[in-house]
Amino acid sequence: MLHKSPVTNVSTATVGKNNKHDSAERHIKGTALYIDDIREPQGTLHLAPGYAQASCGKIKSLDLSAVKSAPGVVAVLTAKDIPGVNDCSPAMGDDMILADGHILFHGQVIFVVAATSHLEARKAARLAKIEIEETVPMVTVEDGLEKDASVLPPYEFLRGSPDEVIKSSPNQIADSFHIGGQEHFYLEGQIAMAIPGDDGEILVHSSTQHPTEIQHTVAKMLGVQDAAVVCECRRMGGAFGGKESQAAQWATLSALAAHVTGRPAKMRLDRDDDMIMTGKRHDQACHWQAGYDDQGKLTAVNVEFNSRCGCSADLSLGVNDRTMFHADNSYYYPQARILSRRVMTNTVSNTAFRGFGGPQGMVFSERMMDTIAIKLGMDPLDVRKINFYGDEDRNITPFGMKVQDNILDELVSELENTSDYRNRRKEINAFNKKSPFLKKGLALNPVKFGISFTLKHLNQAGALVHVYTDGSVQVNHGGTEMGQGLYTKVAQVVAEEFGIDLEHVRITATKTDKVPNTAPTAASSGSDMNGMAAKHAAETIKDRLIELASKLYQVEKTAVRFANNKVQVGDKEIAFAELTQQAFLERVSLSSTGYYATPHITWDRDTKDGRPFLYFAYGACCAEVTIDTLTGEMKVNRIDILHDVGKSLNPAIDIGQIEGGFVQGMGWLITEELVYDDQGRLRTHAPSTYKIPTASDVPEDFRVSLWNSSGNREDTIYRSKAVGEPPVMLATAVFSAVTNAIASISPGQVPQINTPATPENILRSVQDMKKRDRKAGA
Amino acid sequence: MRQSVKFLRDGELVELDNVDPNETLLDYLRLRERSCGTKEGCGEGDCGACSVAIGSLKDGKLEYQAVNSCIQLLGMMDGKEVITVDDLSKNSQAKGSQELHPVQDAMLRHHGSQCGFCTPGIVMSLFTLYHAETKADRNTINDQLAGNLCRCTGYRPIIDAALESCTGKAEDRFSQDAQTRTSKLNDLDDKEDLFIGNEAKFFAAPASTEALASLYEKHPDAVIVAGATDVGLWITKQLRDLPKVIHIGRVTELQKIDHSNDEIIIGAGVTYADAKEILATIDPDVAEIIRRIGSTQVRASGTIGGNIANGSPIGDSPPLLIALNAKLSLQKGVHSREMDLEDFFIDYGKQDRKAGEFVSKIRVPKLAKNEIFRSYKISKRFDQDISALLAAFRLTIDNGKVTQARIAYGGMAGIPKRAEHTEKVLVGIDLNASQTWEKAAKALEQDFTPLSDMRASAGYRIEVAKGLLIKALHEVSNEKADQQGNQTRVIGVREAV
Repeated sequence: MLHKSPVTNVSTATVGKNNKHDSAERHIKGTALYIDDIREPQGTLHLAPGYAQASCGKIKSLDLSAVKSAPGVVAVLTAKDIPGVNDCSPAMGDDMILADGHILFHGQVIFVVAATSHLEARKAARLAKIEIEETVPMVTVEDGLEKDASVLPPYEFLRGSPDEVIKSSPNQIADSFHIGGQEHFYLEGQIAMAIPGDDGEILVHSSTQHPTEIQHTVAKMLGVQDAAVVCECRRMGGAFGGKESQAAQWATLSALAAHVTGRPAKMRLDRDDDMIMTGKRHDQACHWQAGYDDQGKLTAVNVEFNSRCGCSADLSLGVNDRTMFHADNSYYYPQARILSRRVMTNTVSNTAFRGFGGPQGMVFSERMMDTIAIKLGMDPLDVRKINFYGDEDRNITPFGMKVQDNILDELVSELENTSDYRNRRKEINAFNKKSPFLKKGLALNPVKFGISFTLKHLNQAGALVHVYTDGSVQVNHGGTEMGQGLYTKVAQVVAEEFGIDLEHVRITATKTDKVPNTAPTAASSGSDMNGMAAKHAAETIKDRLIELASKLYQVEKTAVRFANNKVQVGDKEIAFAELTQQAFLERVSLSSTGYYATPHITWDRDTKDGRPFLYFAYGACCAEVTIDTLTGEMKVNRIDILHDVGKSLNPAIDIGQIEGGFVQGMGWLITEELVYDDQGRLRTHAPSTYKIPTASDVPEDFRVSLWNSSGNREDTIYRSKAVGEPPVMLATAVFSAVTNAIASISPGQVPQINTPATPENILRSVQDMKKRDRKAGA
Repeated sequence: MRQSVKFLRDGELVELDNVDPNETLLDYLRLRERSCGTKEGCGEGDCGACSVAIGSLKDGKLEYQAVNSCIQLLGMMDGKEVITVDDLSKNSQAKGSQELHPVQDAMLRHHGSQCGFCTPGIVMSLFTLYHAETKADRNTINDQLAGNLCRCTGYRPIIDAALESCTGKAEDRFSQDAQTRTSKLNDLDDKEDLFIGNEAKFFAAPASTEALASLYEKHPDAVIVAGATDVGLWITKQLRDLPKVIHIGRVTELQKIDHSNDEIIIGAGVTYADAKEILATIDPDVAEIIRRIGSTQVRASGTIGGNIANGSPIGDSPPLLIALNAKLSLQKGVHSREMDLEDFFIDYGKQDRKAGEFVSKIRVPKLAKNEIFRSYKISKRFDQDISALLAAFRLTIDNGKVTQARIAYGGMAGIPKRAEHTEKVLVGIDLNASQTWEKAAKALEQDFTPLSDMRASAGYRIEVAKGLLIKALHEVSNEKADQQGNQTRVIGVREAV
């Protein structure tokens, strides 16, 4: 067998252990402070947004007199009150903080009320009289395409002449389906609190994945220097991409109110407002053709993704690029055209969501595999396997990067055995033959996910480590904690470095005045990058301590070792806290920054050349479902997952990411349905109408294992692999299993089904199959 | 007449004479008390982040139930005990003087939290399960957690923590202290009418039917609140000011359940949770439909009376009860009247209820020997979702033939409604001649012209309405053939695995 990873046998004391989430005890006691729990300074104002009941048009008149005179109202702010730039976009300059002149979607904020209580602000915000000269909104992707509306130019990967090759292939297929969007449904809604300070300075507490961007956006909005603004985030109550760019509007509005009134101001969105006003996962209309031989091996693929970006660019460039980067998932496309159109609509601007476009790309590739299998009457797993990337050849992605760390064959074969896939396939076939109404389906799907930001400059991180004279350590880094356990992993790395127990390492809130110019905590890169930066900071201090010890005790530097809260110096052993005390007395600095820039990233978007990813994370999932052909109801019976996290920094946390990511992906593909009416108004803007998975949607038989990896072949932090996003895409197996169950109704016919596979969509597909079956039989 | 609200806060008496009729329990906890462990996730009783435990006496015994504090009115706490996550690990002198409550400890060891925002609600939900006196299995836990959404963990570690800690043996400081708390709660039950405010704006909780009737007759513009699982949203979401609120939770007579050999009588103030057991004696499908209404939190406070009185076209209990031919009693002043429940629903948003008239009780006939009942709920998500549609069938079977049929659907019209054409076509249908069933299913098209909304399209609703009739006939005919009621009862995806 090929050894694709170096065997690493570094023994570690803290790294690789199942340490609890650093806040776990505070979570379960209710003492972990989220922004709404911080004691507000006296006189804090509470904000609520105001918007119009239209999706698109010119603001004809805005009568705010009733709002202003409502009880408790202190100020009502509009675009005119913004001293600097009225923009909260991450890059493109096209997201107004407060609408000015026109509105582009239903829910776009036109004004904000500052009142003495949250309830008063909310009540007042509804008293506005707004007249909109409405124009017909573009609601669906098709509406946008018809008007040739886009937020960004299309982008394409092309290898060879796929159209010609498809035509001359032994078999061809063409298909279209729709991939649904997804609401983040972080349990803690969007929130920010701004506190004015000395000389125009402002401190903004923001529930954000990107404090630096909040700092920059607030500064730009106020027309002050970046240095006057500090953004702090201790923790988020979930984010999932929804607080990467979308936290900025509420932070800037808080800062605006604080600036105008001179009082602290807090903006917490009500859940319905949050769901109406913030972006979601991009839904896409996918059209594709493929050619393949009689064994199911692809000859060429031509796929178009038409992505509903909403009313502005937001992060749509990166998101849709990643759909393209993952349109191959784990499969080699000898010839390929992958086109992405970034369609503009009069709906909320869609944004980052765990997987960042990747899931949409992969759900296409998996549908293609299922389709080919059905057409050829093959087991879908065999079609998948025959198309896997090769080791020596068939290993170049459609974007030109060589896949060098491929473990698909080994990993998928192992799961095939441990999940008893082949026997269960037989059992399911037998069950389906004798069951009139209930049908079962089975699928085993792989995941290959590229790790790194595809925007090269984001692949950098900073850290700040202070060692205090009592031997305790404070760590700060640019990454944010949204529940994923980043703080815990980074603390483990630092504890490991100094050979001290985790309880001596305290991670403090992410804050732009401690570590500046950071990247968002996104792209699964949090521990890869911040762990490495913190390690570098700790190493710098450790090197100074080694030098000091070697001088003080007259030993070689190599004779100084850190372990068990002690420092071994030659044959002497001293407490770590003793050495740190000595360092102070000897005037040795115990503080250092650390920095890390991900190596080997060379992607050039314009020339479509180079390497966008440092490595790939792999996994596979086997899903079994039952559907009811009378009602379309569906249940997931069993899930088996095998996932590759390299050498895990913390297996308990990694398992948590895998299980949670999978269930979130499953929700996206089965029950989570965003419904817009023909006026472009979102009808599913609360948990009563938007259904994320609950406990009984998760199968009792849920088996999750970590791939027994010898370590990432790249030199990542302790040879670990990123884990935040890849598991989301394991859930394509559930969608494939549903397809498989429906396909049993009429063998050889491809079920037409969109995601999410709600009971309604399943029933529609079932009835369509039955019709086709009758026709075929007639 | 008492002019203050009295309740226990973790065993200690709290007395408030300044209670706004619209003040929620969550706002009291977070804004007045500044106990910020309890979180607001959605403000509509759907996510469970704000779950707290409410202690009350059931037949003299202290029971804890989880409720959504975001849609509970503060005044409704009168006579109850409120326990929040902030209380759980404080002063813990339970066995081994551990600092954490056993459910907290299990959550911690199983890595049951990630972002931590849903966690306080989950801890409180499990706290009530811990006190439930039966060892929790996976189904019980699924049901207990259906109203606690977690977006991070995928639930597995939380379920493991529950399996381990909710063993049916409560040994914490709350169980040790139960007697004291019970007697304190007994003391709070002073049978005094509660009235805070003035004639223009008040929160009232009368202690008898007479007091309720006379107060409501005097203030027919008041809003009657039972569990507030609907009215709570008028306040938190529609931002309505409800100047006059009358809570019926202290009217003992309305909390009563009676039954005889042929009927069950449920007071208008009886919660779903309390009604479920007795309704299960009619048919297991009735119990399962009640179980699937909202979440444990919603069922702990929501009432069947309220589900009827609010007139929702998608309420789950009305079609169920209409198929069972339930009767509804209304009272105004000293006058009462009774009607067929189906006649109460006139049109969308319009019920046969006069000003000052309130729902007092529901009479539900039990099934006769040759009657068979089936009911199915269809929703996008299986648990804790509002129905796309709900079907309920009561069939009288004689010699393998349907001799009478009573069918009601929810979600298919502006009101819960009977399928009268279909009922007629069904009469005479042979359970052994499945080829004739389609004809009956087809008749549903005459009975209903459903609407499309975010839950389902009109087309789906009508197709599934038919599918459910076929499913019911299939089940009933198999049951007949096998004489094994339980095994052939349900052929749904949840049971087949």
